[in-house]
Amino acid sequence: MKLGLVIDLDTCVGCHACATACKQWNTSGTIGPLSDERPHGKDPSGSWLNRIRTYEVGDSPHSKTVHMPMSCMHCEDAACVTVCPTGASYKREEDGIVLVDQDKCMGCNLCAWACPYGARELDTDSGTMKKCTLCVDRIYDLELPEAERQPACVMTCPTSSRVFGDFDDPDSEVSKLTRERGGQQLLPELGYNPVNSYLPPRNPKQQEKLKVSALQGVKQLVNRLINR
Amino acid sequence: MHPAFSVLIFTVTSGAGYGLLAWLGLGQTLGYSQTLTPELQLIMGVIAMALVSVGLLSSTLHLANPKNAWRSFSRFRTSWLSREAVFAIALYPLSALYAAAIFWQWNSINVLAGLCVVLALITLFSTSMIYASLKTIRQWHTPMVPALFMAYALSSGGLLFLSVGYFFAPINNQLLNICIGLVLITLALKLVYFFWQGKPQGATLQTATGFTQASVRLLDAGHSAPTFLNREFGYQVAADQLLRLRVLMVLVAFIVPLGLMFWVEQGATANVLVVAWLAMMTGLLLERWLFFAEARHVVRLFHGEQRC
Repeated sequence: MKLGLVIDLDTCVGCHACATACKQWNTSGTIGPLSDERPHGKDPSGSWLNRIRTYEVGDSPHSKTVHMPMSCMHCEDAACVTVCPTGASYKREEDGIVLVDQDKCMGCNLCAWACPYGARELDTDSGTMKKCTLCVDRIYDLELPEAERQPACVMTCPTSSRVFGDFDDPDSEVSKLTRERGGQQLLPELGYNPVNSYLPPRNPKQQEKLKVSALQGVKQLVNRLINR
Repeated sequence: MHPAFSVLIFTVTSGAGYGLLAWLGLGQTLGYSQTLTPELQLIMGVIAMALVSVGLLSSTLHLANPKNAWRSFSRFRTSWLSREAVFAIALYPLSALYAAAIFWQWNSINVLAGLCVVLALITLFSTSMIYASLKTIRQWHTPMVPALFMAYALSSGGLLFLSVGYFFAPINNQLLNICIGLVLITLALKLVYFFWQGKPQGATLQTATGFTQASVRLLDAGHSAPTFLNREFGYQVAADQLLRLRVLMVLVAFIVPLGLMFWVEQGATANVLVVAWLAMMTGLLLERWLFFAEARHVVRLFHGEQRC
């Protein structure tokens, strides 16, 4: 299995619900509390496993606002695991989830340095590294109804921009979406082979072109020639 | 990258320690150290391992959870940090044996000295590979980084070797010339590194976000106060200030020690070499600070930087 997320940049509205749902679930989860510093102070800070950034793509007036949620990509070639001196960072053989053993971490920050996606944040309270667990304590929980055995961020997303599944299965929803919508890896040139896939925004003009039938195509061509 | 003072101290002082040990051991195998008294050799060995120990202790200050530090010996097969820890610890019993060999004038002294040199250099290499192995920081991901770390260590260790040696023995101009040559090579390598670093290259905000056919700008970072990522990777120094610091670094770490070494060669008192060594160590601390301050991690792209 190769578990991961598909994130649809076309429909994400940047509401940060995934980040807050993640924080709420995981702060009482397997990796201990996600501590905050000065939560009500002037410059609140704390460990979050999911962050959403907003970009302007293209130049005005043809620009588009894109919201990009980012959490651990559960890379196939995870450098954070390679550099870890204590063996606290590990990648699970059975499903590819990258986790940090909180009992072994010595807080040297090297895994955070090796991660290009900013997926790892040091918890200053426990002195250990915190990261996305892909809600490993939800997705295998047989006490939950089957439909709820998904990461908290996926469950909460109001626009269904997040899809969870197995990338090794070519017929899974995540594989189909990646195939059909041209899902992309971030920073592929670094060679970490991130599993999470980002679906680029749909291009309305391109979509219409794809829908046109052969007969309509000929008609459009004739019309254009006559107009000239 | 945020320049953590504990790491600066660690790499600079332990580098000088390993360099001094390498000079002492090399001097032994090449037949120079024998001209020094055993007491002097022992003093040098103790200074070397004291510098290494200060560095290693300082490095533990960088850990957020030091009670698990003992676990860092466990991933020798994959992690350069783990290798560095193992080699650093392994050098202690070996250097103790070398010290015993000096004290009791064992026949195996040359073998032990040679092993100490090899292990000191391997440890230095492992330290540098902690940085050079990170593909996320292009300023570090270059074979020049291990070469530079070795060069700094051998220069500062060599200068310390000569300073301590000249307190007790007459000046050997041949060794002084070798040290001058090393410092010149180090300086040349550092200048090459600066030019290489200035060349635009590396990942861009386009490849980071996947929008490779349009310009991309950050509108909102998603948080109102700096996060761990900003504090660790967002370290920013004004370009003109960096340039001034680079010039100051080259002056203090290389030009001043070189000038003083030439002066000693012309007949100045050998105590001047101690000043040269102190200048070099100060300069190397500044160099290590720049090494961090000028390193730009790719996470900065997601926070709006166009290119790393």
